[in-house]
Amino acid sequence: MDLSSINPVLFVAGFLVAATPLIFAALGELVAEKSGVLNLGVEGMMIIGAICGFATAVETGSPLLGFAAAAVGGAALSLLFAFLTQITLANQVASGLALTLFGLGFSALLGQSYVGVKPPRLAEVNFGPLHDIPVLGPILFSHDIVLYFGFALVVVVWAVLKYTRAGLILRAVGESHDAAHALGFRVVRIRTLAIMFGGACAGLGGAYISLIRVPQWTEGMTAGVGWIALALVVFASWKPWRLLLGAYLFGGITQLQLNLQGAGVAIPVEYLAMSPYIITILVLVVLSADKSAAPASLGRTFHASS
Amino acid sequence: MIRLEKRPQPSQAFSWATPLLAVLATMFFGGLLFAALGKDPVSSIITIFWEPLFGSNAFYYRPQLLIKGAPLVLIAIGLSLGFKAGIWNIGAEGQYIIGAIFGAAVGLAFYPAQSVFIFPLMILAGALGGWLWAMIPAVLKVKFGTNEILVSLMLVYVAEQFLASMALGVLKNPEGFGFPGSRNLQQYASAHNGELIAGSGMHWGVVAAFIAVIFAYVLLARHRLGFAIRVTGEAPRAAKFSGVNPTRLVLFCMGTSGLLAGLAGMFEVAGPAGQITIDFNVGYGFTAIIVAFLGRLHPIGILLAGGLMALTYIGGDIAQSQLGLPAAAIQVFQGMLLFFLLAFDLFTNYRLRFGHREVA
Amino acid sequence: MNPPLLALSGLTKAYPGVVANDDVSLTIAPGEVHALLGENGAGKSTLVKMIYGLVKPDSGVMRMHGTLFSPQEPRAARAEGVGMVFQHFSLFDALSVAENIALGMENAPRLGVLSQKITEVSEAYGLPLSPDRIVGDLSAGERQRVEIIRCLLQDPKLLIMDEPTSVLTPQEVEILFKTLRKLSAEGTAILYISHKLEEIRALCDSATILRLGKVVGHCTPSETSARDMAEMMVGSTLKTPLRADKTPGGVLLELRGLKAKSPSAFGMPLRDISVQVRAGEVLGIGGVAGNGQDELLAALSGETLSAKDMVWFKDQDIGPLGPTARRALGVLTAPEERLGHAAAPDMSLTENAMLTGAVRENLVRGGMLNWPAARRFAEKIIQAFDVRTPGPGNAARSLSGGNLQKFVIGREVLQRPEVLVVNQPTWGVDASAAAAIRQALLDLADNGAAVIVISQDLDELMEISDRFAALNEGRLSEPRPAQGLTVDEIGLMMGGAHGMEVAHV
Repeated sequence: MDLSSINPVLFVAGFLVAATPLIFAALGELVAEKSGVLNLGVEGMMIIGAICGFATAVETGSPLLGFAAAAVGGAALSLLFAFLTQITLANQVASGLALTLFGLGFSALLGQSYVGVKPPRLAEVNFGPLHDIPVLGPILFSHDIVLYFGFALVVVVWAVLKYTRAGLILRAVGESHDAAHALGFRVVRIRTLAIMFGGACAGLGGAYISLIRVPQWTEGMTAGVGWIALALVVFASWKPWRLLLGAYLFGGITQLQLNLQGAGVAIPVEYLAMSPYIITILVLVVLSADKSAAPASLGRTFHASS
Repeated sequence: MIRLEKRPQPSQAFSWATPLLAVLATMFFGGLLFAALGKDPVSSIITIFWEPLFGSNAFYYRPQLLIKGAPLVLIAIGLSLGFKAGIWNIGAEGQYIIGAIFGAAVGLAFYPAQSVFIFPLMILAGALGGWLWAMIPAVLKVKFGTNEILVSLMLVYVAEQFLASMALGVLKNPEGFGFPGSRNLQQYASAHNGELIAGSGMHWGVVAAFIAVIFAYVLLARHRLGFAIRVTGEAPRAAKFSGVNPTRLVLFCMGTSGLLAGLAGMFEVAGPAGQITIDFNVGYGFTAIIVAFLGRLHPIGILLAGGLMALTYIGGDIAQSQLGLPAAAIQVFQGMLLFFLLAFDLFTNYRLRFGHREVA
Repeated sequence: MNPPLLALSGLTKAYPGVVANDDVSLTIAPGEVHALLGENGAGKSTLVKMIYGLVKPDSGVMRMHGTLFSPQEPRAARAEGVGMVFQHFSLFDALSVAENIALGMENAPRLGVLSQKITEVSEAYGLPLSPDRIVGDLSAGERQRVEIIRCLLQDPKLLIMDEPTSVLTPQEVEILFKTLRKLSAEGTAILYISHKLEEIRALCDSATILRLGKVVGHCTPSETSARDMAEMMVGSTLKTPLRADKTPGGVLLELRGLKAKSPSAFGMPLRDISVQVRAGEVLGIGGVAGNGQDELLAALSGETLSAKDMVWFKDQDIGPLGPTARRALGVLTAPEERLGHAAAPDMSLTENAMLTGAVRENLVRGGMLNWPAARRFAEKIIQAFDVRTPGPGNAARSLSGGNLQKFVIGREVLQRPEVLVVNQPTWGVDASAAAAIRQALLDLADNGAAVIVISQDLDELMEISDRFAALNEGRLSEPRPAQGLTVDEIGLMMGGAHGMEVAHV
């Protein structure tokens, strides 16, 4: 075992990268849940985003186009969920599971010819001299544009939810769809948009895994990140800033266990690999006591009867 | 202008017609999908649904139907109890794995002794393993209000890692020339879950699945506990008002589904699979979710749905070898089935109205 | 003469199986307070929903100031100067007062500016309200103020009030009426929906009476007797319950300093409730909604368990016992919410009979359920309580509100309870069904049961109670003999005007 082989600077820079897919996926789900929709299909939308982004980037040679395609792919799949839950009024839990099962299968189908292919690399943003600052430079100023975009998106979502009328309406719909309907808000339309935003974000998160973090395509490569993202929303009490914190925490744990594996710690690899999931459970246990922040209409089906 | 209107009461007819409609729609759109993959849609569908039952090699495939269907039905029956009550155990895959590990471990512990008590002990161990694994989310839910969906699912990933460590470590075959995986229980008579009637595919897991169907049917139709499950799912407050203890119900539903999933895993490892390997689990725990819904959470429905889903597995394998249909296509096909089912289910509780005229 | 503010002519709206409004016409002048009078189910709510753009009429026209008015959605109605205060409040518990008001406005100013305006308007109309408070923490009267201020901020020409006083104490009603008169004097027309005749006589300039979706008459309330209006509204004479004079027996149920937390986030905890109920007695518990009624029922039914020595049945501490054990002893309850609480909506009446009847009616043996017996029990309820349904196989949700309520009350009454607790037994029930339910409760008491009726309908409580107490902020007032209580006394027991001491108009 050689812990000194873990470079702290690279470790921190690494966990920022590891946290980014979680940030995207969880942020999208946060918006959907704020509107009162529980979409358990995050994993499915992520893996679809991962393959759509990967395939597009490989075919066009442009990673950014890949990310755009990932967002479109994720949103398109989420539209299926929106149709099931908002139009045909299906149970949200079952529909979300269906989305995940379908997404895993469909992505495998789409990705058959991409196994083993190397995707084009997305360049780091050029921060000029900032990049050369010791320690801070490699940690903060040596990443691709999408990572910074993820961070900015958290700020935007936070500001929109807190300060704008659109955010207020979104929260109101999630709080009581009947009251919102009585005031004349289009509950179904608002929720569908929120679901699509969630899908697009999950797609981006998936593509970040296949294009940047790994980067290659394998079946089922999201390996539960979508589910951890769902747990993260609970962890964050539906607050964007706490979500950011949680994503870095999980990113850190994931990165740490990878580094420990690399360093050849005496703990078997399998037990290290379990650790993010076990820690997710522990965190859920600690934070489940406080449900007050959850949108009151979360998971309930809305049908305007009159 | 099309409007939805709630029926005064759920339609019995649609409740049974929905799965059939979903199957038909899936055949149609699945056919389109196969066509898009460059395969002949009609022959693909025939290969999947006809070949295993009535094709030239049906004598080989028909027993497979029982072998593949049994774990699906066994797991889905357990899941359906919870789903009916709004308790979402979606980690059956993990409980299946742990049940298999427990069962196999007990069997291997006795190796090479021969005794009639070994197999029953393995059954108990498998059930216990699945039950224990399911009790983790159950206890966390009732003690701390933790979401059982997320916890049970996280435990699937934990179980998969645990499986890998077992296959490579403690349970590894000492005479296996360093290859991962345990001894093969098929070659250990006392622990082997063999065919009860040669060539039929009938093993103890199939028997257990049929018993589970009957047990669930009686429970739901005639027993107080089954009634409590149904009321809780329909109207949780009314259930509490009538005296149902939600805590006990969570523990019962989660425990039973874990137990059955564990049994399924144990029968699989001692029978058709034969050994603990890294890729022992093939997703029965997830497919069983589809089976449970496709069977309308009704025991008889689940029996039929389990058979149908087993058919798509076997048919999918045939289509893969004969037509070169990718394995993932079958997964998509199964996912589609659940989609259509959920969508058509609308008509059980609602009807469409066009403008102001009556449709029905 | 100027064209009226709003003229409705020939409005018709049909739902499957029921014509909610049939050829309804009425006119409202600016500044007029117009009553829309009718029983539950007469079509009042449907009519105002059409004016507010929530429902589109099948036929008929609406004119505002003489020009055609057909709002496609509430937003359009609001733009035309129509404001509405709902019967079931359209408020968001987790949001603040200011945020709630902003949601109901088309061009809401920034929250800071809006808060300022809210304070101004609330002072001008004698409706004190702090803009920063979370709505879930407000009392029912305060919540109504939020809705009224939301409407007032948009300078409405027509204000629709749907059963506004059902959630207010008598003192709060007075304050509301002052506000409405002031508005009317300023030229705002008010469409006032109610079935309370005295209120309408005190407040309204004119009235339109609906029965079964049809207009059955117009009148000037101040010149028409309550009796005449009631006859128009109901269309037949009612059987009033008969109260046999009887001395109560021994104490059956006793609460000793009952305390309980509310199971819901914005609920009301029970605080130190002590009361005795005797055999043969009806205890009426009044109070404004949200003052602990649901929590009290849950504590008595066993849905909420209590600490030791708080709930006694005869000489047994039943606080730690769950619903099934309490039923076995003879303590039965019927909660307010019919669909989803007292009954499972999608399940058949037979199954719903099994729901609470399993123990006392011997419908279960060794854990196995006896469905034929449950079906017979359901049939017995249907017959004894005149429940209109094709049969016990029908789903609970297919019954009308009144019929389901008869079923739910009948299910408990027929199990021969020693203590029966009902919450809002006749809410949303038509008059004849309500009379039947009240009579059943009285008969039960006459046969020696202790009956607790929790209700927000004071007339009902005065009619059937031997003693009366009021719930206020989770506390129960000292019960007093119902006979001879005045409205003022009752109002004070209910807590007077919640936080209205500073109100001035």
